[in-house]
Amino acid sequence: MAKRFNIRMAGVGGQGVVTGSHILSTAVIHAGGESTIVPFYGSEKRMAPVESYVRVSDEPIYEIGEITFPHIIIIFHPQVITHGKSYTMPFYFGLKEDGIALINHDGPMSLHRDQQRELDERRAKLYYFPATKLSLEVAGMDLATNMALMGCIGAITGLTSVEALEQSVKDRFLGKGFVVSGGTAALDSVVERKFKKKQELIDKNVAVIQAGWNYAVDHGWAATTVKRSEARATVSA
Amino acid sequence: MSEALEAEQKTNPQGDPITSVAAPKPAEAAGARKDPHAEAKRQKVVTPEYLFLEAPRTKEFITGSEAAKEAVRRSNVDLAIAYPITPQSETMQLIGVLYGEGYVKEYYRGEEEVGVMAAMAGGSRAGVRCFTATAGPGTLRGLEGIASWPGHRLPIVAMFTCRVVNAPLAIQPDNIEVAYLLNSGMIVFHAENQQDMYDFILAGFTISEKNDVTLPVGVCCDGFFVTHARGYVRMQDRSMKLPPRDAWRGAVPVLDAENPPARLSRDAPVQKSNFMAYNIHAVWQQEVWAAVERSRKYINQYMGGLLTAENVEDAEAVIIASGSAAAQSREAVRICAEKGIKIGLIKVRSIRPFPTQELRKLCGKAKLIVVPEFNYVGWLAKEVATAIYGYSNAKIIGGPRVYGGQSMPVELIVDEVESGLTGKKSSNVAQSSIMGGAVNQDDVAHFMRSI
Repeated sequence: MAKRFNIRMAGVGGQGVVTGSHILSTAVIHAGGESTIVPFYGSEKRMAPVESYVRVSDEPIYEIGEITFPHIIIIFHPQVITHGKSYTMPFYFGLKEDGIALINHDGPMSLHRDQQRELDERRAKLYYFPATKLSLEVAGMDLATNMALMGCIGAITGLTSVEALEQSVKDRFLGKGFVVSGGTAALDSVVERKFKKKQELIDKNVAVIQAGWNYAVDHGWAATTVKRSEARATVSA
Repeated sequence: MSEALEAEQKTNPQGDPITSVAAPKPAEAAGARKDPHAEAKRQKVVTPEYLFLEAPRTKEFITGSEAAKEAVRRSNVDLAIAYPITPQSETMQLIGVLYGEGYVKEYYRGEEEVGVMAAMAGGSRAGVRCFTATAGPGTLRGLEGIASWPGHRLPIVAMFTCRVVNAPLAIQPDNIEVAYLLNSGMIVFHAENQQDMYDFILAGFTISEKNDVTLPVGVCCDGFFVTHARGYVRMQDRSMKLPPRDAWRGAVPVLDAENPPARLSRDAPVQKSNFMAYNIHAVWQQEVWAAVERSRKYINQYMGGLLTAENVEDAEAVIIASGSAAAQSREAVRICAEKGIKIGLIKVRSIRPFPTQELRKLCGKAKLIVVPEFNYVGWLAKEVATAIYGYSNAKIIGGPRVYGGQSMPVELIVDEVESGLTGKKSSNVAQSSIMGGAVNQDDVAHFMRSI
């Protein structure tokens, strides 16, 4: 049976939802799998709703379009839930039975009792993961929140590796062929200014990915085949 | 610089560097300017048989618009006319790049689709190979011209990147416009993905110009899903191209422009109300549709059949789909197989001619047929029901149907298969209609009302 995860990522403008989905998608392909992405957003501005639909599998993917019934949803920002900053309401709409909701939040959120009941009815697994906190601790900035989440989801799906994720970060920031929109290019330059060298930027991002990966393993969320990532030397602060 | 080169540049000057090849550097401009058409001039003509069936191919990851461009690059096209409309604009813009590189001999932007389709007719009638592309409202605006092409026996390849045409208007994918093309007398293919887009255009030119066909070919795809998304396309080397159009091989003579006064219309409108007029129209249209029938053998030869069938032999349920709905159905088939359902998939490539005999043979034993579509009216379900009427007792579910740009969740298709087999009503029955087979009369009545 094919390993197949349809992932809906919801976040707000500036968090790198689309960038994150590109990196996960490329990393799955680097690891020998298959993946497609469908980004979905309106005007490009900070804090505006952004969704991205990522399909990952170890077999060819034929179908197209948005994902209505995901296996996994990733919530990049708590305001997606609390303020309804999303194209999909409520945030778990269409989540398959026994599906996973990976939520960027420091500890459990108090959900409305109707929402909690509906999540219980479909036996949803809620994983609260402090991605922004981890990004601040490991990289000294919140802009690697998406990297933490991609490391975490990489371990949960078991369809890629930290090495493949590192390779796709390099493709993204060192590659010549990657075309980004004006808004994303502006953010890229902000990120790049923070680091003296691009290599430092990549090292920090990969360190956050690794931390996210290991967080998933340590909390028992990861796929059974996935192990902690120890290979990489810790980067200097 | 040779005279021949200068003469060619007069009718095909270097275009805007953004949409064309790079502008020559000032130093080069004075003396030995690099010929922008050099590569195109080195292209070698090969037979369609070699190109389609034997030539080695390499795989690239490109958009549907780029796939169309690459097909036209190898098609020896004489005339391409552009008129922008989403989601097609990029396709004809890329054909403009080919013009800059010398792969297409003439290219310009029309004033609107009525003019474009009329000019296509003029070009084809004059005996040259013509290509254009449009979408949605553009297709309908050009339909008067398009519907006249088959009757005038004009080989043309037109690409339709289907989108919403009805109000409230949207630019999103919805293939209802195919329904308007089906009764025009042109050959109509429906591409599932970027590879089909490439193959169908190349094969389209060859089939369209066969003497016993001499008809226009419409290559349809679902806009955005195919035009703007990337997919793997296996392509022959760009150093090869199809033989040029030999207009004298056509079923009707080309416009004689050398002996004035030239008749712009090959056959003047038959306006006298007498038996001769009726007869002329009748035999002409009968001949058009007979030509559509005769194209079957070439579709089999160059495209490998009017349909593809997978696991249909022992299947209790069969999904029949075309275009992007076929892509969605592949995933639905995988999910159904995991649930233990014996399920097959038929992808219809050619809607005109329609694979009637093939479907009768393949669907004889099936208990259930599900026809998912990206349009409201369900034109494919109606074609399928008509084709297998009296040859299959299968219950036919026309649906799920999505339109106006909605994506088709594969779970909806799985739902229809499961409910069709168990009789348990599906949660989304409103998006489908049941016809044929041993179903209760109320369900059939629902379908009868819907047509």
